[in-house]
This record gives sequence, C-alpha cells and structure tokens, in this order.
Amino acid sequence: MRAARRQAVSVAVATGLYGISFGALAVAAGLSVWQAQLLSLVMFTGGSQFALIGVIGAGGLGSAAVASAALLGGRNLLYAVQLGPVLGLRGWRRLLGAHLTIDESTAVALAQPGREARRAGFWWAGGGVWVCWNLLTLAGALAGDAMGDPKDWGLDAAAAAAFLGLLWPRLAPRRAQATAALALVIALVASPWLAPGVPVLLSSLAALATGLWPDAAPAPVTGPASEPSGAGDGP
Amino acid sequence: MSDTGVWVAVVAGCGACLALKVVGAYIPRSWLAGERVSRIMNLVTVALLAGLLAVQTAGQDQGLLIDSRLAAVGVAAVALWLRAPFIVVIVVAAAVAAGLRALGLP
Repeated sequence: MRAARRQAVSVAVATGLYGISFGALAVAAGLSVWQAQLLSLVMFTGGSQFALIGVIGAGGLGSAAVASAALLGGRNLLYAVQLGPVLGLRGWRRLLGAHLTIDESTAVALAQPGREARRAGFWWAGGGVWVCWNLLTLAGALAGDAMGDPKDWGLDAAAAAAFLGLLWPRLAPRRAQATAALALVIALVASPWLAPGVPVLLSSLAALATGLWPDAAPAPVTGPASEPSGAGDGP
Repeated sequence: MSDTGVWVAVVAGCGACLALKVVGAYIPRSWLAGERVSRIMNLVTVALLAGLLAVQTAGQDQGLLIDSRLAAVGVAAVALWLRAPFIVVIVVAAAVAAGLRALGLP
C-alpha cells in the first residue's frame, strides 16, 4: 500500500511538470488560458490535449482537431475496460474512476501486487496527476500569455518534441516502429495536398496496415488432412 | 480559427474523450476481448503520435518547410535516447530552436 502510494506520488509530480509545457503550448497555439484549463480539467488525457492544440495551432479544421483527440483518447477506453474488475466501482465512484483513467493511473495500478494496492495506486496516481497537471497547466498558460511570439522561444519545436517524447516509450516493439515510420511518411506526403489536421488523421491508417495481422502467423490450415509440409517449414 | 470555433473544438474534444473513458468503464469486458482490437488501438496511438510529430516538425500551413524545428527535434531524440526526463527534452528542444533563430536561421 505504502509502496503504491509512493510510486503514485512520484509519477504525479513528474507528469504534472509536463503540464507547464502543455499550458504554454496551448496559449501559443491560440487558445485562451480558460480554454487550456478546461482541456486539463475535463479532457484530462495528455496526448489528446497536445493533439487538439497542435491541429488548432497549425490552422487545421476544428473537426480534424476533435477527431485526432478522440482517436488518441481511444486507448483510455481499453484501459477503463481493463481496470473495471480491478477497481470494482459502483455509482458516482465509477464515473470519477473513469475520468481519472489515463496512461499513468493505469500503469501504476496494474504494476501493484495485490487488489488493495492496485486500488490505492490507481486513486493516488489518477488524483495526484489531475491536481498537479491542472495547477501546472495554469502556471504554463499564464507564463505563455506573457511571452510574446512563441517562435522566438522555440515553442513550435517544443510541441514537436512533446509528440516525440510521448511516442518514444511506445516504440520498443518492431511492429510499433514500422507503424510509426509508415505514419510519418503518410503525414508528410499528404501535407501539401490536404487541409491541416487531415494528414494526421490519415496517418492513423498506418495502424490498420500493420496491426491487422496477428503476431506469429499461424500455419495455414487447409483442412483436416492438410498438405504435408515441405522442408524448412516450422513445426 | 475564430474564438467560437476554438471553444466548439475544445468542448467537443472534452466531451468525446470523456465519453470514451465512461463507455470503457461500463461496457462488459467480453466485448473487447479480441486481441486484434487492442493491438490496433495501441498502434493507432503510435501512428497518430508519429503523424503529429511529422506535421509539427515540418508542416507549414498547407505544405512542408524545413527549419530550426528539425534540428531541435533531432537534439530531442538524442536527449530521449540518453533517457532525459520529458520536461528536459521539451526545454532542450525549445532552447535549440530559439538559439538557431536568434542566430538568424528560419
């Protein structure tokens, strides 16, 4: 329990620090302090928040901004499904738990050994990140407001680095690397032809191209009496 | 985008992302038992982040532009490879781009 809480608090503080960059980048993208704050209070899922302000900042369509954010938020649905039996919540607690379901709270919860520690890890990480993320979003947005031209401060490059930083830890599997490479190419090739924001949506098709096939291709089954396999085939 | 347009996008985006979490908390687990669904969902995250990285690094209105951002992202990749914390990576990237622009580069 105590280990879960300690881990949760350190994750909350570390994650909260990105809140500064989110607040500053949101204002640089043309949002007001209130709009940036509403995103951190209610949307509360970093990748989607960065995506929404990225598309808006690039002058993209509002619908493309919302669609990018929603597609990136899709993984929270899977997390919530996974956490359901672990947390065993009812009523308003279930809604609150859903709101706090993000990368960090899911990771901390599922890393704990027992049921009680898992629940403690979830609430401390989710609640802790929410508090830190929102306080530092406000600080970043107020600082960004006072900064002037965001390009002079390199904030456009910082936004790109933020996406790279979010992507990096997901790149370990070979399949993820192939997906990322394909998505990069799709986005770059589509950029001169389509309205800002649409190339990003199009790049999500890379996941279909690489994800439809199972990890280890099962041997083709041609019927009950399958052909005798030739030399060099696996078992 | 007009201020109203930004508000609409912000509110709609908040609603969509919150709804996804709530739906996940209420649907039966068996609905998403398929291994393929969760694999593709994970890869969608990777693909979108890579697409956003590409556009944020080299996008300019409707087109591409190579400028100080590319060098900054390169340095950010080195920082990530050296296991620097997220906030350090961001600050380093901003500093590289700001420095190059102070020297007169685009």
